[in-house]
This record gives sequence, C-alpha cells and structure tokens, in this order.
Amino acid sequence: MSILNFKQIVLFATIGLLASCQPKDQHLSKIDGKLLPIDSTLTQVDSIVSFVSPFRNRINQILDSTLAIAPEDINLDDGPRNTSMGNFMADVILEETRPVFLKQTGKELDFVVMNRGGIRSIISAGKVTARHAFEVMPFENYIAVVELDGAAMRKLISFLINSSRIHAIAGMQIVLDRSGHLESVNINGSPFDENRTYHVATSDYLVQGGPSIGFFDEIVSVHDTQYLVRNAIIDHLKKIDTVTAQVDDRFIQKN
Amino acid sequence: MKRRDFISRTAAASTMVGLTGLGLNSCSSLGDKHITILHTNDVHSHIDPFPSSHGRYANLGGVARRASLVAQIRNENPNTLLFDAGDIFQGTPYFNFYGGELEFKLMSKLKYDAATIGNHDFDNGVDGLLAQIPNGTFDLLSANYDFSNTVLDGFVKPYHIYQLDGIKIGVYGLGIALDGLVTKRLYKETVYLNPFEIALDQERKLKEEENCDLIVCLSHLGYDYENPQRPSDIKLAQSTYHTNLIIGGHTHTFLDKPEVRTNLNGDSVLVNQVGAFGLNLGRVDFYFDAEKKVSGDGVSISV
Repeated sequence: MSILNFKQIVLFATIGLLASCQPKDQHLSKIDGKLLPIDSTLTQVDSIVSFVSPFRNRINQILDSTLAIAPEDINLDDGPRNTSMGNFMADVILEETRPVFLKQTGKELDFVVMNRGGIRSIISAGKVTARHAFEVMPFENYIAVVELDGAAMRKLISFLINSSRIHAIAGMQIVLDRSGHLESVNINGSPFDENRTYHVATSDYLVQGGPSIGFFDEIVSVHDTQYLVRNAIIDHLKKIDTVTAQVDDRFIQKN
Repeated sequence: MKRRDFISRTAAASTMVGLTGLGLNSCSSLGDKHITILHTNDVHSHIDPFPSSHGRYANLGGVARRASLVAQIRNENPNTLLFDAGDIFQGTPYFNFYGGELEFKLMSKLKYDAATIGNHDFDNGVDGLLAQIPNGTFDLLSANYDFSNTVLDGFVKPYHIYQLDGIKIGVYGLGIALDGLVTKRLYKETVYLNPFEIALDQERKLKEEENCDLIVCLSHLGYDYENPQRPSDIKLAQSTYHTNLIIGGHTHTFLDKPEVRTNLNGDSVLVNQVGAFGLNLGRVDFYFDAEKKVSGDGVSISV
C-alpha cells in the first residue's frame, strides 16, 4: 500500500471517530506485523541471567571435561559407501551393546545399522568431550535390538544398497560388483545365511518408524536395551584415550 | 524489510498516533483500542545466545534479551499477549539435563500467556511433559490432540479467552500428526484429530458463542507443504471463517512479515512464523475502533 493511501485510511478512521461518540461494537481497523530480531543491541535482563547461570555452569562442568583426543577430523562425507564418522558410530554401538545384550538376553548381537540422519554432527580434531556426544546424538533415542528373518534381512540389505544416503553399519560387510550388483554379504564374520535369524542393534527411532521408513520390514522380535545411544558414546569415550576412525572395506563397490 | 519502507511506515505510525490522540481528547468515552500479540516458535531449548563462533547465528538469540524486548513492549502497551507455537523442548543440553524445567520456568518469568504443543514437546513422553506443567504459569492449548486416555488429561485446554481493555481474544491450539514423527512409546494414547475440522469447530465457538473480537490459532502444523494433502497453516488460513491470525511453527520458516491470505468469508487472515531457536520475536498489532459493522471490510493491513 502506498503511504498516501495509508494516510487517507487513517484520516477517514479518525474522522469517523470524531463524528460518532456512542459506545459501539469493536471494529478491527488496522493490523501491523513485523519481525523483531533478538540481537546484541538488546540488553539482557539481569534476573534471567542470574537464574540461568548455575544451570549453565553445572552443564558445562560435566560436558566440557576432556574424555579423549581425536588426532584427526572424523567426517560424514569422506567415503563413497562408508564414512569415518558413520563407522565410528556403528562400531561404538556394536562394542557397547554386545555385552549389554548378552547379559540381558543370553544372545549374541550380530551387527549394527544406524541411519545417517541420526548422526547429527562430525567430531573435529582435538579434545573430545561429552558435549560432542550431545552434538552427535541430541535426541533421546535408545538402542533397540531387532531380530530379523532371512527375507527381512534381504530387504534391509537392498535398502542399504539403494539408499541415497550412507547409513552406518558395523559387524557386516557388503561387497558390490563393478556394476553395483550385490556380490557378497558377511555378517559377524560368516557369509549371510538366509535360513537363520539375525540380531541387529539400531536406534529405536528406526523401529518405531515402521516399514515405511525403509530399514526393517517384518520384525521377528524387538528387545529394548534401555540404553541411550548417547550414553553408549559417552561410555566408550571414557574407556579410550584416542578417538580414531577410518573409511574401510565394510561396504564397497569394486572398480 | 527495506529500510525505506521501514522509515515511511514509522512516519505513518507516528501520524496514526497523533491523530488517535486527537480522537481521544475530543471524545473521552471512546477511543481506539490496541492489542499487541508477540510470539515465538520452535525455540528448541535455546536459552543462551548462539556463540560468536557459530557459522550462521553468531551472537543472536538468547532468552535474557528476549525478556528485555518483551518487557519494553509491554511497558509501551500493557494490552500485550505473548504466545509460543510449540517445540519448546529439545535442541540444547538444558533439555537433556533438566527435562524442560528451565524452558517452562523462563517462559513463566517472561509471562507467556499460552503455548501449543509441538512434536518435540513429547520427547520425554507425555509423562515428561506433565512433569513440567507445574513449572509453567501459561496455558497449554491444543484442540486437536485428545489426551483423555493419557496422564495429560485435564492439563491441556482446547482454547482460552483473554480479555484485554474490553477486547475478547480467543486463542486455540493445533498440533501436527504424531504417527511417524514421534514414537508411540512417547505420545502413548494421545489421539490426533483432523486439524481443519477442529479449527472450524473452535473458531465457531469462539466467534458465535463467546463473541470474541479477535481469534488467534497457535499452530504446530507447519507453514506450507508441496503435498496438498498435508495440513499446513496456509491451507488452514484458506479453510476457516473467523480466525484472524495463525501463529505457526514446526517448519522453522523465517518470514520477514506475516503472510496475508483470504479466508472462506473473503476476509484477510495473517499467517506468521519467526524461524526458530529464539532468534526473533514476532509482533502483530491489532487496532480497533468503535464502528458498528464488525466485518473485516476496510481493515488496513500494513505488513
């Protein structure tokens, strides 16, 4: 609206007001909307700052104590079919969940699948703290162990091969031939056997999402470990001094 | 916003104030009324400003700054309401460590009037949300989540009416479909109802039974989607009769100014959303005069 029109409307509204003095119904005459940025030109309210600071100090104390050192960046885009960060994440889940699952069920964990979208950050070279675990896994997702039969396993493998994103795996090796066709699958050190069931550790988010999100079709059984993905990362960082992870041959296409 | 527009708008606003003052002086029994609505969405536990090292939002946001801006605006116009359109929780360790306690306490200190429930507000389950309700002095509004078979039954209202300076402002809440977005273990027996049907029912009640002068929807449906089947704020604006303002969330959409759409009565509806993480505060000012007709004709919208 041009400024002239605007002034005219204001003027008419005002004349209307002057002319009539009886109490009448409310009439919406003008609406004005704007976006107000919250930036450093605004002063901070002291009482809010002092309310928050003890909480912040406590969190920082816990999150910023060094748990390990990463000599090099661990990335999410450094390999065509597997990445150092994805491998780190899946290996940690495999290592930390295996004893928990054995203790809870008496069963052996076979492998791990984690979705790419559930790995929310890289780890940069330098000190690694619990804060990194929160950045990598900000959500309250738990580790679930899913039992799959041969047919569901085939669907999972196809999904991993055909997905446009590089999902993370551990305890499993997928080899594609030159043209991208499946050549071999090894699980937990042995060739894939369609006549048995397998136990795969994953994020409960993928289990709750159901078959529509791709990973798990028919599920034989699900075991809830009650173990947060983030806590598995923190537990692992506490045990090690140096965080290293490489792109390797767990998922490759021959050339 | 272009700087030139801003200056001319400010000049126009000053003119308005001047003329209104004249109107008030000449007729003391009657005056223009002014309601200010402030809003946030998808704050996601961002309590502190972003650090100076942040790639996109360095030194922006922060609840202590938002508090001073809100206080300043309330000081200028006591007839101000403050709302949030959901996803209060999840995004910083404040939530992971304290489960939303700080978020709710801070919103209470800022005197938020109401909030609706976003999908991430279920991240600690219906029990986790219930646990924070005693820390909040604001209303939790959701008309299309049926909580009857959950622990939240009785703690969430479909709508609330705020009365400021003789103006009745009816506010209802709408939430997004939870299936596929939130794990069932968290939302439990919460039932999602069709937001459009519920909106029509709510606004009819607020307009015809409660005689509200202004109707506001706090929505976590999301701004707009390519899939026309998916409920959105833009679709909602075009599918209702009486809602004046839709304050949205979920899609983290940064709008410089409210979007104006036409409702089923042919009147204008404002749809607004201010991004995420407490980077911005939305402000919509409604001016009322005392004419007989109550239709939306002749409403001057300067956005």
